[in-house]
Amino acid sequence: MSNSSDVSSNPALQNEGPVKRFFRATEIDERLLGMVAALLLIWCAFDIASGIMRGNFGGLLGGSFLTPRNLWTLLVQTSSIAIMSTGMVLLIVMRQLDLSIGSMLSLVAVAGAVLQVFELVPILGVGHPAIWPLAVLFMLAIGACVGALNGWLTAYLKIPAFIVTLGGLLAYSGLAFYLAKGETVAPMDKTYEIFGGGIPISWLGPFWSWTLALVACAAIIFGIVNGRRQRQRFKFPLRPMWAEIFLALVGSSIVLGVTNVMNSYPWPFKLIENYAKANGVTIPAGVENKDGTAVCMAGEQVVRCTEGLIYYTGYSVPVILTLLVGLVMTFLATRTQFGRYVYAIGGNPEAAELAGINTKWMTVKVFALMGFLVGISSIVSSARLNAATNALGGLNELYVIAATVIGGTSLAGGVGTIYGAMLGALLMQSIISGMSLLNLPAAFQNIVVGVVLVLAVWLDQLYSRRVK
Amino acid sequence: MAKSAKKSAPARKAPAKAPAKTPARKPAAKAPARVAEVHDTPAAVVGAEPHRNLRERGTPLIEMRDISIAFGGIKAVDHATVDLYPGEVVGLLGHNGAGKSTLIKVLSGAYKRDAGQIFINGSEVNIDNPRDAKALGIETIYQTLALADNVDAAANLYLGRELKTGFGTLDDVAMEAECRKVMHRLNPNFRRFKEPVSKLSGGQRQSVAIARAIHFNARILIMDEPTAALGPQETAQVGELIKQLKAEGIGIFLISHDLHDVFDLADRVAVMKNGKVVGTAHTSNVSHDDVLGMIIAGKCPPGAMPGPGAMREAA
Ligand SMILES: Nc1ncnc2c1ncn2[C@@H]1O[C@H](COP(=O)(O)OP(=O)(O)OP(=O)(O)O)[C@@H](O)[C@H]1O
Ligand SMILES: [Mg+2]
Repeated sequence: MSNSSDVSSNPALQNEGPVKRFFRATEIDERLLGMVAALLLIWCAFDIASGIMRGNFGGLLGGSFLTPRNLWTLLVQTSSIAIMSTGMVLLIVMRQLDLSIGSMLSLVAVAGAVLQVFELVPILGVGHPAIWPLAVLFMLAIGACVGALNGWLTAYLKIPAFIVTLGGLLAYSGLAFYLAKGETVAPMDKTYEIFGGGIPISWLGPFWSWTLALVACAAIIFGIVNGRRQRQRFKFPLRPMWAEIFLALVGSSIVLGVTNVMNSYPWPFKLIENYAKANGVTIPAGVENKDGTAVCMAGEQVVRCTEGLIYYTGYSVPVILTLLVGLVMTFLATRTQFGRYVYAIGGNPEAAELAGINTKWMTVKVFALMGFLVGISSIVSSARLNAATNALGGLNELYVIAATVIGGTSLAGGVGTIYGAMLGALLMQSIISGMSLLNLPAAFQNIVVGVVLVLAVWLDQLYSRRVK
Repeated sequence: MAKSAKKSAPARKAPAKAPAKTPARKPAAKAPARVAEVHDTPAAVVGAEPHRNLRERGTPLIEMRDISIAFGGIKAVDHATVDLYPGEVVGLLGHNGAGKSTLIKVLSGAYKRDAGQIFINGSEVNIDNPRDAKALGIETIYQTLALADNVDAAANLYLGRELKTGFGTLDDVAMEAECRKVMHRLNPNFRRFKEPVSKLSGGQRQSVAIARAIHFNARILIMDEPTAALGPQETAQVGELIKQLKAEGIGIFLISHDLHDVFDLADRVAVMKNGKVVGTAHTSNVSHDDVLGMIIAGKCPPGAMPGPGAMREAA
């Protein structure tokens, strides 16, 4: 490629500092980097704190936070909020808001559970293979319909979304209570439980996890190469070669690193024993070690030991589902006309309307998409709990909005990213998990999450003012 | 500069492959289906009072007849009638708040009229929203520019009619490439293709708005103070552009407060005052002072055809 089309050769960019040049060349979002830094800081702090307070648990910094077990659980716990936050990004970008998603989650979960337990099981019998797909489709459909109703009331009857969804918050949770008669509806179908990630068949295992990781790395490299080709074809300015390689390396390392952590989390002791017995796997003989994670036979006794039969979980289904949702939503937001319209409407609703965009219909579609994602989250949550209650989604709307805002989505509309919101969800869940790891009272968790939310927005304001 | 621009191919013809992919070609095909079965005799089109040059030219490209619209008691436009012929530039003049922007927003579908009819080539058409207007080949540069501030120039250029790849995804590179071509013609110094338009200067933003209006083969172009934020060179270029578009047979409504510009570019002027049309006149039949009198005092000079807004004693 000719030198003239290189970004770095632009005379206007020559005299900026190395840090600025680095960010411009790699096109890395400084906000993203700030969030990742904050996340790592929080992780390290919790690990050190838990090490000091509760003795050594083998974490990276001597605590119990940076252990495969905790990080694995953290990702599973983040799934539900992260999935919904991807839809909330689009809503807030479009200058709308949905306060009803927590109640909607309860409603969808209860409706799905009632369908399974009280309708399908009596007709089809326990464990019938049609139960889970019917339940899943039903739940996704109700989610999308309830979301569309919110959108229709907002767009066509011109009731502010705040009011519509505040009404929904009350009404949907009332409806969920009515449907469940205030009770816990359980148990779920065995196959359906896979979506919760709590049982061995919902764990991918090291082989498939590594396969997936390699596919992801290949996709990253392909994406970078393909993007460069496209820009070359049209003679657009290119990123410097070192920046491309740097991005490919960082992207692949993150994927491989996370996969490695997931693949280092062994199955719980009891599950290995049960699995071995059920499948006729012989448990090798060995020496007992109370801190070990493998299973072996000491005489007739099944005991923990360092060397013996061991299985690793790898990625679990809800985490894969979350990553998939994130991928699809990112694609939708950045590569499709739908996404372009969402951002354009958020930037200037009148201009979007004048450009010929049917903004009302778009509003309905985005609310319906939000409802659909709530449907997915309600499947994950109820499958994980193996039950549904009318309190399942309590406060979820606030957590999702907090995650979205922490992730850099501006309440003024027009600005926000899917990955930001998902990272925001991870950050928030990290705080919640970390505090329960330290055995702090539950009341503190909400205090800290509230403070972090306000702090994050304040820092973001400071940052934007400095950039402008 | 201006001369070289005139020689090169017009910007709106630049996208050789674009029109096939975009709905830009649709208007011509769609228009007959949309128009109502109302046909008027030429006499009715010109109105009760025949006027020399108009009669010979037959059916106007656009006629807005007896348009009224009020905002909560304020009659922003009051029984206004204006027309526009192919290849003609009509300057819309009037004091601030006279109702010019409101009148053309009725034509562009931004506002719904309370009363009145719109005819294209003599057939009544229904314009209820901006999509209808665009489907009829009416493109508009709004006074407020109406850009989505948070996306870049190419995204704004193609907003509502994005180019897509074979997979149905946005073809951002192709859009950026086209955008670079169009913007190069309008504003050769423009470089900031990757920035959201909120970061652009007023004139750069205006160039983007102009590019969007001329890029999609409009039949009728509405320009509401298109050069208000432009420097002298860019203004001259827009002037050249208007002349080119006119030569291609496009009808243009030009709203401007600059009388020199209007006299330079427009074939006729229509003057509004307090929502009413004071009168219309061929620029060759009236002087600057005549037009100033129409704008300020509502006096209709002898060379002009008076409208309902003209002062009685002047008519
Ligand atoms: N959306 C609206 N709501 C209420 N009143 C409006 C609206 N738009 C215009 N008006 C009123 O209608 C009248 C005509 O406004 P318009 O914008 O058409 O004026 P204009 O001739 O374009 O003026 P200018 O030269 O300042 O652009 C004004 O009195 C204005 O206050
Ligand atoms: Mg105006």
